[in-house]
Amino acid sequence: MAKQVGMEVSIAAAEAVKLANVDVIAAYPITPQTHIVEHLSELVADGELDAEFVPVESEHSAMSLAVGSQAAGARSFTCTSAQGLALMSEIVFIAASMRLPILMILANRSLSSPLSIWNDHSDVMSVRDCGWIQLFTENSQEVYDHVFIGYKVSENHNVLLPTIINMDGFILTHMFEPVYIEDESVVKQYLPDYVPKFSLHPDKPVTMGAFAMPTLFTEAKMAQNEALKASYPYIMEAWKQWGDLTGRYYNPIEELHTEDAETLLLTMGSFGETAGEAVKAMREQGKKVGLLKLRLWRPFPFEELRRAVSGASKLVVVDRAVSFGGPGGPAASEIRSALYDMDPRPQVHNTIAGLAGRDVTVNDFIQIVESAETKKTDDYEIYGVRG
Amino acid sequence: MIEMRFHGRGGQGAVTSAEILAQAAILEERYAQAFPSFGPERRGAPVVAFCRIDNKPIRMRTNINNPDIVIVLDPSLVHIVNVYAGLKESGTLIINTKNEPQHFKKDDIVKVATVNATKIALETLKLPITNTTMLGALVKVTGVVGVDALTAAVEQRFGKNAPVNLNALDRAFKETIILNGQ
Repeated sequence: MAKQVGMEVSIAAAEAVKLANVDVIAAYPITPQTHIVEHLSELVADGELDAEFVPVESEHSAMSLAVGSQAAGARSFTCTSAQGLALMSEIVFIAASMRLPILMILANRSLSSPLSIWNDHSDVMSVRDCGWIQLFTENSQEVYDHVFIGYKVSENHNVLLPTIINMDGFILTHMFEPVYIEDESVVKQYLPDYVPKFSLHPDKPVTMGAFAMPTLFTEAKMAQNEALKASYPYIMEAWKQWGDLTGRYYNPIEELHTEDAETLLLTMGSFGETAGEAVKAMREQGKKVGLLKLRLWRPFPFEELRRAVSGASKLVVVDRAVSFGGPGGPAASEIRSALYDMDPRPQVHNTIAGLAGRDVTVNDFIQIVESAETKKTDDYEIYGVRG
Repeated sequence: MIEMRFHGRGGQGAVTSAEILAQAAILEERYAQAFPSFGPERRGAPVVAFCRIDNKPIRMRTNINNPDIVIVLDPSLVHIVNVYAGLKESGTLIINTKNEPQHFKKDDIVKVATVNATKIALETLKLPITNTTMLGALVKVTGVVGVDALTAAVEQRFGKNAPVNLNALDRAFKETIILNGQ
């Protein structure tokens, strides 16, 4: 039976990477993900984890190294934040296109400028179309569990795609809280050793990441898109199996008080916990408000979303990033598009909040809902702007 | 839910205090969060750390603006930062100082406790690091966690250095002066 212990979420994440028995860690420090690789370096130095710990010279190199090691058949891990992701972005796209099941934790942080080390989702939204499986987490347990779930899904020969686990920078990375640490036997049972479908070896040469003429490129991209869409049932299966083992089940969209809800709030990441408290408070006042927490960002859970919003008249999407000059926040934009063919469909209001770690309280979420309820047209606003 | 704010200077162990306290509550099979004021850390500069403790899972990812308890690890901070900021009217202020509690009583309702934690830390740890000392004062004044759990959390954190820290904690427990609010 797993025991609940107190530790910083970054340490819990590193402990999960250890239990996942990774072979290669590509490490480059950037706030706020640094504690994860720091702890991994200790685990390797202390002989607790038998892995190659490679302190590379940049994030571009970190992802390049992960691509190389994964292609050679090694279970590989890296993590980064914001500018680090921006710098490695070129290789992030390549990793997915080459179908390499790397796991990356993205400690979400604002992209500069102004320079900020605090949390929002501008970093992950910049690689929205990179082709990785992308998930959001809201507490230590979810981060910890998804290290195993991520590898399980990614390495499935029917999937073979990399996974990004998003964890909010500082809000989660620097939080000390309880987490159930699993026994090694449970993890071993769940996550078998990595068996690459293809790997680079001189005895059995293969070509990876080859050049494609226009006559082939479209087909390659079609195949990649189909592969990511087709990962959905394997993600569901991996969640189910983890739930059966540990009692902790996950869904593409988590629902709270959605029964008979007229207004639904939708959040991603650690917003979900505070928003949940806000929804509970509004329910106590007799307001028919519910919460949807979008966990699975790619592949996007279209059917789940349409089912989840079907009874509501208003959907309030809280984004933690801006699509400059565009339709508001990136999540709301996609959600509006996903619901376009529904009849009837809820009116979608979009609020952008919590940029660069600005605190969003229970009262803020209540205000966001109340403000949206008075709006007659689909629109967006940036919440709490001063001056 | 009990919410606490620790004031210290970078390197004095404000964050460690909050984490040890959270660990003690978790060892009691309760729920807790400990977190720093998010951002860059600088040795010697005023820093704050936070802790929440509850008997049910904590689902709050926000700052603590209205703490129930404020703990001040460094006497000089009282002149630099407003340690009373947001403290609940029924709240408790615990200060490392040579002075009497009356000195810090803001109005009739805040409960104040004082302890000369720097002196205790210098005599026991031979270092002016007051985190475990102030935890002794905190437990004496508030009973927010049990002494057994706190002892276990200190042992987990400090290993072979735990005995001197427990000594400091114990002395603070005995030497803290409490002035009850009206």
